[in-house]
Amino acid sequence: MDAQLSNQPMDVLIIGGGPAGLEAAGRLAQAGFHVQLLEKEALPGGKLNQWDKLFPDFHDAKEVKEELLRKLPQDRVSVHCGTEVRQLRREDGLWTAETADGQHLQASAMLLTTGFEPFDAKRKEEYGYRIYPNVITSVELEQMIGEGNIRTTEGKVPQSIAYIQCVGSRDEKVGNHYCSVNCCICAVKQSIEAKQLLPEVRQYCFYMDLRMTGQHFEERYRESQEKHHVNFIRGRVSETALSQDGRIQIKAEDTLLSRPVKMEVDLLVLMVGMEASPSTKQFAQELGIADPYGFYLSADRESADNATAHPGLFVAGSGKRPLSIPKTLKDADAAAWEIAAYLNNRTTK
Amino acid sequence: MSSTYHPFVIPFCAGALLLFAILIGKCILWLHRMSRTQKKQCLKRLISLKTIAAFWECLRECLFHRNIFKRNFVLGYMHLSFALGWFLLIVVGKAEASCYSHTFWEDPWMAIFFRYFEDGNTNYFMPQLFTFVMDLLLAWILSGILLAWCKRLYSRLLGMRKTTRHTWYDRLGMISLWCIFPCRLLAESVTASVRHNGGWLTQTLGDALAFLPSEQLQLPLWWLYSSVLCIFFLCLPFTRYMHIFAEVLLVFLRKWGVTEEETLTGYTQVETNACSRCGICIDVCPLNTAANIQNVQSVYFIRDSRQGVLSEEVANNCLLCNRCVEACPVGIQTTLIRQIRRGEQKQAGNGKAYYTYLPQALPQEKRPKVVYFAGCMSHLTGGVIQSMLRIFEKAGEDYLFLDQDKNLCCGRPLRQQGYTEQADQMRNALEKLINGSGASLLVTSCPICYHAFKQEYRLDMPVMHHTEYLRQCLAQHKITVTADATRYAYHDPCELGRGERIYQEPREVLAAIGILCTVSEEKADALCCGHSLGNTALNSAQKNLIRDEAMRTLCADHPDVLATACPLCKKAFTCGQAEKVAVKDIAEIIAEHLN
Repeated sequence: MDAQLSNQPMDVLIIGGGPAGLEAAGRLAQAGFHVQLLEKEALPGGKLNQWDKLFPDFHDAKEVKEELLRKLPQDRVSVHCGTEVRQLRREDGLWTAETADGQHLQASAMLLTTGFEPFDAKRKEEYGYRIYPNVITSVELEQMIGEGNIRTTEGKVPQSIAYIQCVGSRDEKVGNHYCSVNCCICAVKQSIEAKQLLPEVRQYCFYMDLRMTGQHFEERYRESQEKHHVNFIRGRVSETALSQDGRIQIKAEDTLLSRPVKMEVDLLVLMVGMEASPSTKQFAQELGIADPYGFYLSADRESADNATAHPGLFVAGSGKRPLSIPKTLKDADAAAWEIAAYLNNRTTK
Repeated sequence: MSSTYHPFVIPFCAGALLLFAILIGKCILWLHRMSRTQKKQCLKRLISLKTIAAFWECLRECLFHRNIFKRNFVLGYMHLSFALGWFLLIVVGKAEASCYSHTFWEDPWMAIFFRYFEDGNTNYFMPQLFTFVMDLLLAWILSGILLAWCKRLYSRLLGMRKTTRHTWYDRLGMISLWCIFPCRLLAESVTASVRHNGGWLTQTLGDALAFLPSEQLQLPLWWLYSSVLCIFFLCLPFTRYMHIFAEVLLVFLRKWGVTEEETLTGYTQVETNACSRCGICIDVCPLNTAANIQNVQSVYFIRDSRQGVLSEEVANNCLLCNRCVEACPVGIQTTLIRQIRRGEQKQAGNGKAYYTYLPQALPQEKRPKVVYFAGCMSHLTGGVIQSMLRIFEKAGEDYLFLDQDKNLCCGRPLRQQGYTEQADQMRNALEKLINGSGASLLVTSCPICYHAFKQEYRLDMPVMHHTEYLRQCLAQHKITVTADATRYAYHDPCELGRGERIYQEPREVLAAIGILCTVSEEKADALCCGHSLGNTALNSAQKNLIRDEAMRTLCADHPDVLATACPLCKKAFTCGQAEKVAVKDIAEIIAEHLN
């Protein structure tokens, strides 16, 4: 790993060293292909680095990452971190990536696994992120949970926590009509962990619908209510403010009881949605494979969900659409199969 | 002297008589339907300098169309040639006929059909000059008609991207108007070729047409001219051409100080009828330019309400941004009329008390110097409120944050939707609270509230929008700031700019801490952010189109920060992705630069 970048044409060039990129690299190398993986951050693993435990089974994110790295056959995969790609193009039947320091790397096939980024909560100003203390995102709460230390800005133990779902998802006003799929179950997971860390804490979760779509998600949701007494309130929060004593005041409507709700909490967690990452947006735009939100558009959802409109260019992971970690890994496996078929087809011809 | 009667004058006379009967009837009806206050206002000012001023304005606007000229020269010329040209044709024609007949009381149709009835007798004051001038006037009007035809075929030729789409009877009126002067030209020319009594235009054309059987053609052409006039007269009261007379009445009423009220009055009807459907409001409407919505603009709204076929969609689909009011050459208060019409579509409240939960008095004993009213929308942009509170502290202000508990509203959003009764109740409650505070200044962060406080409230203290307050604080050195080289583009919120003419204060504040970028459409021409509370018909995608167009215009000069002074605009722009630019309220910018 981290050998010299090779200017020799490779079989496959993978852009993005998150779970999808690592998984696909491993599978392709196992199948005998030579793979070069480029990651702009200093460490591989992508968003796995920001997460402590994964839903629904509380698997350790670090272990998942270590396992992915362990599976990489060293002789056929080289991972290059801190390598930013500036431009992608197809030249003489080869896919070329031009790096920020001017190198041109080539391969017969290219896989884009540039993933997502959490929605910028500052864009929903009514929730007060970065305006009031103690309004944090689910990413920041995950970090606190990882450190085993959920505290308010003032360093106190919060007596109450509220979660707001769909921040930047299913929201016409910010232009994201889609559901980010993972936030519902993520809040369930985090509220269970928070209760385990702070047995006295009271928790509220404001939602539009709860979409427990995966295996064992529903069970976790029940557990969070029955065992951990999380209070789920259907209704969107309209606005927040700072109360006289410096707590976060929430104004919402309980749409099941048709009643306005006003409450004060010590910590407010915004369950931020998933948007295409800046790299995803850039490449999707430049290569003409962008959906209306800037995610990658695959050639066909049913029959060629990893291929694109361009021969030899493939996509996988949550750069395509919001996916969970297990689904991302399965998608990367499928991409590896599709790429292998493409490369074999080329050699036999 | 030969007879000055022929049966072909009958259509003209009948048409003209009917027209004046209808006009007088309508005028009486409108005046009768005005409210008591409006009538009193008229009587009070009837004999005053205002009436002379009104005459002067009629001359300027109804004949010369100065306002249209200011906006679009060619369009102004077109309207001028019709209005002033026709007016002079009637006046000079009358003078010519009177001189010829040596009496002021010749047959009333004589002036209109003069060339047919005159018998070659030149025993009157400068006949050649009259003939010359009359031909000149006719040529002038015809040039205007040529432009009108061009405008219908290709509106951009007259600097208009879109021109009005008319109903069939408007078209009938329009076509008859277009035919009047060519018919007159032909009739006079053919008569000239028979009697050689034409001028430089009619005689030249008459000579050119000499190969025709002029003798036989003459009468049918005069019949045609008279009939076309008759058709136009009969169309006039029921088409847009009613504006010719309604506008005159409107100018007088307005000069006497009559204004729109909360409900439909005769004055609303005068305003409605004074719309010439010139279509200037179409091109300035953001719904048209950005969202491609073309059936709701003021011209169509006014037309539909005049015809009694106003749909809720047309009434509600308006940002109330006032760009069209600013552009309207007649100055029709279309947004106020929209509020009235929206109110008609709402159910009456029957005196129900809506807001019994509102506080009756301020809880505390202390009497603050300044009352701060953030406004509902500012509660969605916490950064603005936090910044203002910081600035108040820094300025050492003795203030009270009146709507900290967030259940107070200025009532204007209700009023904009036509819920007048509810808005009044809300206003009365808030007015009592504010006046009861005993403060000497009211500061608000919301231009909507500001406009309401200024226009609809009776307060015991001056009101300031926070841009005004900030400028005052800087001028009095209550706060000091450090300037840097940040480049700001300022967006004028509709209610603050066109609504209250606050253009200078925010610019002075920004200039004190950074550099102001140039913006092509600013101040009275500023674009709406698209997220106005005035519009309940737009969907998010359409609102965003309007917002994106505004953002592109504002960011043409590549500012670092897009500055605004309205929480609603701020929220709209913050969610916009059309430009990568930081969006901040002026209060936030000042708070960041406080020493």
